Amino acid sequence: MSSTTVNGDMKKVRKHADIDKITLSIIGYVTLTILAIFCIVPFLLVISASLSDESSIIEKGFQIIPSTFSTEAYRLLFEFPGEMLRAYGVTISVTLIGTIIGLFLTAMTAYVLSRRDFEWRNRFSFYFFFTTLFSGGLVPSYLLIINFLQLKDTLLVLILPMLMNVFYIIVMKSFMSSIPDAITESAKIDGAGDFRIFMQLIIPLSKPALATIGLFIALAYWNDWYNALLYISKSELMPLQYYLYKMLGNMDGMRKAMMSSGAVVNSDLPTESLKMAMTIVATGPILLAYPFIQKYFVQGLTIGAVKG
Amino acid sequence: MKQNKYGFWHKVRKNRALLLMLTPAVLFFLVFAYVPMAGIVLAFKQYNYSGGIFHSPWNGLDNFRFFFGSGDAWRVTRNTALYNIAFIIINNVLQIFAGILLFEVAGKWFRKITQTILFLPYFISWVVVGAIAYNLFNFDVGTLNVLLKGLGMQPIDIYNTASYWPFILIVVSAWKALGYGTIMYLAAITSIDTEMYEAAQIDGANIFQRIMKITVPNLIPTVIILVLLAIGNIFRGDFGMFYNMVGNNGLLFSNTDVIDTFVFRSLTTSNEIGMSAAAGFYQSLLGFATIMFANYAVRKYDKDRALF
Repeated sequence: MSSTTVNGDMKKVRKHADIDKITLSIIGYVTLTILAIFCIVPFLLVISASLSDESSIIEKGFQIIPSTFSTEAYRLLFEFPGEMLRAYGVTISVTLIGTIIGLFLTAMTAYVLSRRDFEWRNRFSFYFFFTTLFSGGLVPSYLLIINFLQLKDTLLVLILPMLMNVFYIIVMKSFMSSIPDAITESAKIDGAGDFRIFMQLIIPLSKPALATIGLFIALAYWNDWYNALLYISKSELMPLQYYLYKMLGNMDGMRKAMMSSGAVVNSDLPTESLKMAMTIVATGPILLAYPFIQKYFVQGLTIGAVKG
Repeated sequence: MKQNKYGFWHKVRKNRALLLMLTPAVLFFLVFAYVPMAGIVLAFKQYNYSGGIFHSPWNGLDNFRFFFGSGDAWRVTRNTALYNIAFIIINNVLQIFAGILLFEVAGKWFRKITQTILFLPYFISWVVVGAIAYNLFNFDVGTLNVLLKGLGMQPIDIYNTASYWPFILIVVSAWKALGYGTIMYLAAITSIDTEMYEAAQIDGANIFQRIMKITVPNLIPTVIILVLLAIGNIFRGDFGMFYNMVGNNGLLFSNTDVIDTFVFRSLTTSNEIGMSAAAGFYQSLLGFATIMFANYAVRKYDKDRALF
């Protein structure tokens, strides 16, 4: 008798649990779907607008689905790439150089700070960490770069200020701290110097962290427009994002840019769809590479989360 | 000659390889972080181009008087702090919520795809976000007004109405940061010991109790670290966001001007070097004080959770 009630209670409990689970699943699927739509729709709107016929945009505005489909904007962009191509070149060079040098220096610094037998590691860690607590602000850095380093309108000004970042050093350091000392000890006994240990042992062992931090650095360079806004006025040194920024705010500039690349432009340049097409072309490589590199970023966040 | 075998120079020689490996980073932060700190003296000077940083005459606290007397100081400080407080609260709540749901829903593919989509906005530059905003909010052709007109309603002039902007900026910030934070919290949830869940299930806890009594409390350390880091930056406005969303649109400044955009404008358009240096110094001091205070508070509450 009592055992049957217990059985019945258990069944009831289980049934409740099932209902709760289903409720949560429904909430989960619905909410996450709404959030996902919220995140992706803006991109779809831009893509749709870039594929719309200009006169239909002027007449009816940006539509969620193009009312009159047209690839005119892309045709213009690819036929007369001129300045945009140069901006691509600037961004690719800056991203490559900056990522390689920045990653190497970040790793080297992190390695020294991860060495438990290095006497001054805490002092140097503080030296780096303090810069995240206090800064001189925009004005002194601006005058330093313009007046003292004389870096205005150089490629270097797009690379140098972003070369190193304390947060990346910390993440890299916490990864390297997890490499067992025994590995480097034996190399030391064999007479290898610190730099050789770093190059030949630590770097190969740190590949996951290097991939992740490298991609973070590369993304920051690819998306940078701020240094260009402050320090670049020559159009041939404009990186992609800054070029896009300029074009979005300035239709006359866009007309001139298209003319300088050889397009015969009359007054009805499809400016609205062109703006949207430029946005897509400037974001394109990231959107294409994104599915493949996403997991490294997730990895990086996880490494960062473990050790703060 | 060599009195102390373990003297300073002996240590330097012993560690010369490691010190040499640190040198690039030390120089980098010296030039790009510590030298600008010394440039704070500009805040107390009447800057002129012939005198430069060193020979411009001192003017005591005049720059600060000018900054605080204009009424701008209060407006930009209030905007910066209020926006950041809203971002911290709304973004973290949303991210924790999404992280928990993402952990609980069963479908593997659904999880993967959702995660990928939520993370997408993190990868694009603020310039592209500006283009998306243009697509949505433009008065004549913007998608929002197209929809409103379709519903027979009056179009709204967002770029000329300051009162919409707090809401817009909060939504944009949530949109851009959602994926990053969700994955951060998802990682933290995944690292929770599953035995706790099993024990709770045996004790008859339903899935909602499990979330509220196990998942949420276990996330608190992560929340503290992330919020602490965010609080340290509470007086630092996200320049990229405000500048690309609002630009130099003076009509919106009452609700959108933050310290960083104000300093940038004072420096580049009105050329008030002394006053913008003073504003920057004021911002750095506020930031330094808040991070010290936040860290002290956490230290008191739980020593291990503090940043330093």
